[in-house]
Amino acid sequence: MTIPVVVKLDGGECFMDEILEILEKDARLTSEEIAVMTGKSTAEVEKRIKKYESEGVILKYKAVVNKEAVETDVKIVRALIEVKVIPQRNVGFDAIAKRIYSFSAVKSCYLLSGGYDLLVIVEGEDMHSVSSFVSEKLATLENVQGTVTHFLLKKYKEDGDILHKIDGDKRLSISF
Amino acid sequence: MKINKKVKDLSPSGIRAFFDLVIGMKDVISLGVGEPDFDTPWRISESAIFSVEKGYTTYTSNKGLQELREQISRYLKPRLKTSYDPNDEILITVGVSEAMDLAMRALSVSDCKALIHEPCYVSYYPTAYLAGLDPVYLATTAQTAFKVTPKQLAETKTSSGDIFLLNYPCNPTGASYNRDELVELARVIEKKDLFVISDEIYGDYMTYDGDHVPFPSLPGMRQRTLYLNGFSKAYAMTGWRIGYAAGPREVIAAMTKIHQYTILCAPIMGQMAALEALRCDKEAKSMRAEYNRRRKYIVTELNKLGLDCLMPQGAFYAFASIQSTGMDSVEFAHKLLEEEKVAVVPGTAFGPSGAGYIRMSYATGISDIKEALSRIGKFLKKHCA
Repeated sequence: MTIPVVVKLDGGECFMDEILEILEKDARLTSEEIAVMTGKSTAEVEKRIKKYESEGVILKYKAVVNKEAVETDVKIVRALIEVKVIPQRNVGFDAIAKRIYSFSAVKSCYLLSGGYDLLVIVEGEDMHSVSSFVSEKLATLENVQGTVTHFLLKKYKEDGDILHKIDGDKRLSISF
Repeated sequence: MKINKKVKDLSPSGIRAFFDLVIGMKDVISLGVGEPDFDTPWRISESAIFSVEKGYTTYTSNKGLQELREQISRYLKPRLKTSYDPNDEILITVGVSEAMDLAMRALSVSDCKALIHEPCYVSYYPTAYLAGLDPVYLATTAQTAFKVTPKQLAETKTSSGDIFLLNYPCNPTGASYNRDELVELARVIEKKDLFVISDEIYGDYMTYDGDHVPFPSLPGMRQRTLYLNGFSKAYAMTGWRIGYAAGPREVIAAMTKIHQYTILCAPIMGQMAALEALRCDKEAKSMRAEYNRRRKYIVTELNKLGLDCLMPQGAFYAFASIQSTGMDSVEFAHKLLEEEKVAVVPGTAFGPSGAGYIRMSYATGISDIKEALSRIGKFLKKHCA
């Protein structure tokens, strides 16, 4: 496994490489722009990005889309499903997790501590399709002991991004 | 009704009309804003809301909340390498602006000069003048990276007890000083027996290369310095209006006297928010990291466009020369606004040595900075090709 590069700053505190921090906020910045911002050469920035891509540190570049704001007839229903599973010898939770996350309807899958084991986020066109997925595919898996489905009503914030339009700049356009 | 002659004689800012024009215009990308573009970190705002819910809506002690003064004293000790007694050496004010006004009024004795390096923050000169001091500008230029040199200070005619006003990192130039430069300045200050008011609002979290060296931390300077700082810039809290002064007991006592009769106390909501802000080192550092990236970007790009700009050591302003365009700063700012809808502040707003410069704030998102630079590029092509 590759561990993301950490650089030591300010007497021992560990930070993620600044290039990753910048790209996480805005993946559309060019290597030249990142080079200027970080004081590195463009070649160095490109080299590091390539390394991160090849090592699977950077998986892909995509836009954060607020689907609730998209005007379309196609509706999407999301559900958070708590799944209680029986871990298997030698492979623990990994094998059953793989079995679950490989379904294209599963958008996220986490192993958690606490009252249940896996948190699975599922997307479907309507409640019926999500329910069918749970009852036919998920709950019937051999090692799944039980599921609890929570339909998502509204997303407010995701991965640090607030998902509603924020008021514009409230500052005076000129001040000293 | 008669208006105070001193006030009448105080000339209004020569570029007021330009500002009114900017404020009245729509869809402008403004690089003219002198405050952070970040919201106050929510844990600070939430803490103030909670305190209001609990009924903290009263006056506080004139000097400010005891706990806040104690926390500030603790905050300052490792940074300033000296301690200030929270009981009588720290005063909480309505921003650094109030602290500056109080200090000048408290220290104003007849024939006392206030030496002010310029280009500088717009209110220093008028505040000194209104306080009855004799304001004297010390011109700084790009040749000395907009710093006052020890030689320049030594050659300036002064009398014992005159005030030397320092602001570093500097608004608008971004100039700052390293320890050696400050030690040299301190020697001259001691020799000339000056008293220093050091406005270090951009010091702690807006110095980018190396550490900020607070003036009272220099040998022999604690008793000669009134240190001013506040929460507005580092924690994106401009509207909360909380600043403070730390200095010799007798100066703080004199300032407190004026403060208690004129302001009574800084608003308690802001003080409660400031208490939480002192726990927000991580948030402030994260904003600094973002300013730092923008700083390097905007300065590099301005130089590429042919507008010479020194790399600012602190604050969040790029102070670029527009002398190559043949326009003066007000003309440049006017035309840029009218033709490309980009607002910048003409350098002359900050003193005579600002002629030929414009101030651009990078307390602006990177996408707006990029768009503004592209429009400036277009503007230069049109006028300077």
